[in-house]
Amino acid sequence: MIIAERKPIEEIKTFVMGRKRVLVVGCRGCVTVCNAGGTKEVGILASLLRLEAAKDGEGTVVDELTLERQCDPEYIEELSELMGGRYDCVLSMACSIGPQFISRRYPGESVFPALNTCFLGGALAHGIWAEHCQACGNCVIHKFGGLCPISRCSKSLLNGPCGGSAGGKCEVSKDIDCVWHLIVEKIESEGRMGEFLGIELVKDWRPSRDGGPRKIVREELLK
Amino acid sequence: MTKTLKSASKLEKVLASGAFAVTGELGPPRNAKAKEVEDKAKFLLGNVDSVNVTDNQTAVVRMSSLAASLIAQKQGLEANMQMVCRDRNRIAMQSDILGAAALGINNLLILSGDHQTFGDHPDAKNVYDLDSINLIRALRNMRDEGRLMSGQEIPEDARPRLFIGAAYNPFADPQDYRVLRAKKKVDAGVDFMQSQCIYDMDRFRKFMAKAVDMGLTEKAYFLAGVTPLKSLGMARYMKNNVPGITMPDSYIERLKGVPKERQASEGIRMACEQIDEFKETKGVSGVHLMLVEWEHMVPTIVKEASLLPRPQV
Repeated sequence: MIIAERKPIEEIKTFVMGRKRVLVVGCRGCVTVCNAGGTKEVGILASLLRLEAAKDGEGTVVDELTLERQCDPEYIEELSELMGGRYDCVLSMACSIGPQFISRRYPGESVFPALNTCFLGGALAHGIWAEHCQACGNCVIHKFGGLCPISRCSKSLLNGPCGGSAGGKCEVSKDIDCVWHLIVEKIESEGRMGEFLGIELVKDWRPSRDGGPRKIVREELLK
Repeated sequence: MTKTLKSASKLEKVLASGAFAVTGELGPPRNAKAKEVEDKAKFLLGNVDSVNVTDNQTAVVRMSSLAASLIAQKQGLEANMQMVCRDRNRIAMQSDILGAAALGINNLLILSGDHQTFGDHPDAKNVYDLDSINLIRALRNMRDEGRLMSGQEIPEDARPRLFIGAAYNPFADPQDYRVLRAKKKVDAGVDFMQSQCIYDMDRFRKFMAKAVDMGLTEKAYFLAGVTPLKSLGMARYMKNNVPGITMPDSYIERLKGVPKERQASEGIRMACEQIDEFKETKGVSGVHLMLVEWEHMVPTIVKEASLLPRPQV
């Protein structure tokens, strides 16, 4: 899923400064699962903004709403009755797709992202998420013991590990596992080192972002 | 090993002659002053067969490796231009290789490169379009097959005749895999390999014995990396802070037993003892002296380690 986290309240305050009517919009997709922008987090942010406004003697009204998803026009449409001058500002608590979809559908509205969209990952434990995919568009993890060197090696090496791998950790930080260390261990444990010694050739980055912004068209789904 | 020369490199000639090679290292300045390169070059001239000119080492912005290489070559040295995969994509790297060869650079050392978080621009975006092994392969194809990565042909008389180098690190992890990674570099087409600074001689001996067993030293020349310790503080720092370097306690203990003002000369003595062993180590074709910001000690160490005179080829 997409992992996100809320922007610092100081930054969000600069978005709402001078605006009297604020709508905070959450999303029940990925950001609910990673505890960044679901109903609960919408409530917390709205309360914080009300408190800050009260502290500053501002009579700001902060309303709350959580949509099923913000990456789908069908659900963005649910905002239509609320848009058109009722709010001075919309704070989207979805990944960055949400505020973009809201802005496009409602061009007259001031829309701000309340989250930083961080990476594609999963939960290692409650409260810990880690990047596992870079959406490079051509999955190769089967060649690396089911582990992704593109997203999980700091240098995206296809023929690692580099000389900075020490004690299973990446040279960048002791908090980062060297994925190449894990790959080598996995291949060894499978007894496949012999077949692992070929050179993994250069990657074609076109299916990744390097080919320009990507789009998928599924003809069979078009009406 | 075939003695047919693959490049225009003087270093290759020295190695092919069977002489024990000596390479040095020169870090370009963090400014545009050619004189700083020239001053460092003076200490290396006549003392090494070729000098590595680093490419923004530790991800700190410095004068470009190509420019500093050319300045060093004007002083009479032969440059071994370093190129890291961190800052350029395949278009820029091939372009720089063609340019370097056109300007008379004969050696190119290919590295992944230190991650930019170590340097003075931790906020930079990195590239890593190719890894070092794929860049070695690309350069080998440019030189030997006359093809750019695109398949575009390079005419016979216009190919980059570079001697291709890479790094090997017996001290990084996973330990048993390091020699296999060196093998991948040899398979990719590397001609010579220079190691990370060696202190853990036991681990180095084991690595080199394996490399010899696997026939790697028949296909590429392996040089042993030497960085004399300036002080007890430096030994401790390297032990605790430098990824990919192992520092045995015996080194620390030996320096502890020496008064501070004599630790540098003791460090040089220890390095000379290592060099004496490397001369006798099967599979080791030379030493790579990395006296970064201590270049003025190069004349001393090559003299004390009986590495002079350098062969004329």
